[in-house]
Amino acid sequence: MGNGTSIGRVRALGSAHSGSHHWLLQRFTAVGNLLLGLFLAFSFTRMDDFGYASMHRWLHSPLAATLTGLFVISSFWHARLGLQVLLEDYVKSSGNKFALFALLNLLTFGGAGFALLSIVRIALGAA
Amino acid sequence: MAQAELKPSNRPLSPHLSIWRWGPAMAVSILHRVTGDGMALVGLAVLVWWLGALAGGAESYAAFSAYAGAWYGRIVLVGLSWAFFTHMASGLRHFVLDLGAGYELDRNAMWSWLTPLCALAATVLFWAVITLK
Repeated sequence: MGNGTSIGRVRALGSAHSGSHHWLLQRFTAVGNLLLGLFLAFSFTRMDDFGYASMHRWLHSPLAATLTGLFVISSFWHARLGLQVLLEDYVKSSGNKFALFALLNLLTFGGAGFALLSIVRIALGAA
Repeated sequence: MAQAELKPSNRPLSPHLSIWRWGPAMAVSILHRVTGDGMALVGLAVLVWWLGALAGGAESYAAFSAYAGAWYGRIVLVGLSWAFFTHMASGLRHFVLDLGAGYELDRNAMWSWLTPLCALAATVLFWAVITLK
């Protein structure tokens, strides 16, 4: 094992045992986004108008609320994984990378949590 | 050697856009990242705003609609739908490549051209159905 270049330091150490998990999750959530995103796009084309009444009536139905909620989970998860790769590729300093990962996690859980609670409120609230 | 590791080097971590000769496969790969990360940053913010405004009641939804229906809001929404269909098409291309298929040079170049064109057609079709209904 060499100690000069970065590839020399890791050569022959074997697999990191973590990369394929990220890779697979990116694909699993991509399938979720494909199906649920097409459901949303199809729903938008079927709507009479995009006013409050028709939009609220649509998301009040259990099927639309469930699938939109699942889309929030799948898309936020997928976006979290994709932005992680963006940061890994372009942020050089490990301190900045750590800080941005922490910010990314906060925004992911905060945004997804708020979106899910909004859907629950519409689905379980008055029609 | 340990000291040399502490300061970040000037060498790029990832292949730089400027040092490669442009080709269709490179263009569709960059388009995939730009549309994906663009939707992650802008699209999810709009999604959260839309759902929060809808949950807040008629008044807050009217405030959201005023921005979404304005000329700049429409540009953002059309742009997001284009990003969605483009990322979807190049994502489907990735699924085929993951199977180990489609690496022949001419076939790879053909699908690199076709995926963004199919996505553009899907975007036009999507808005045509919405506006012409």
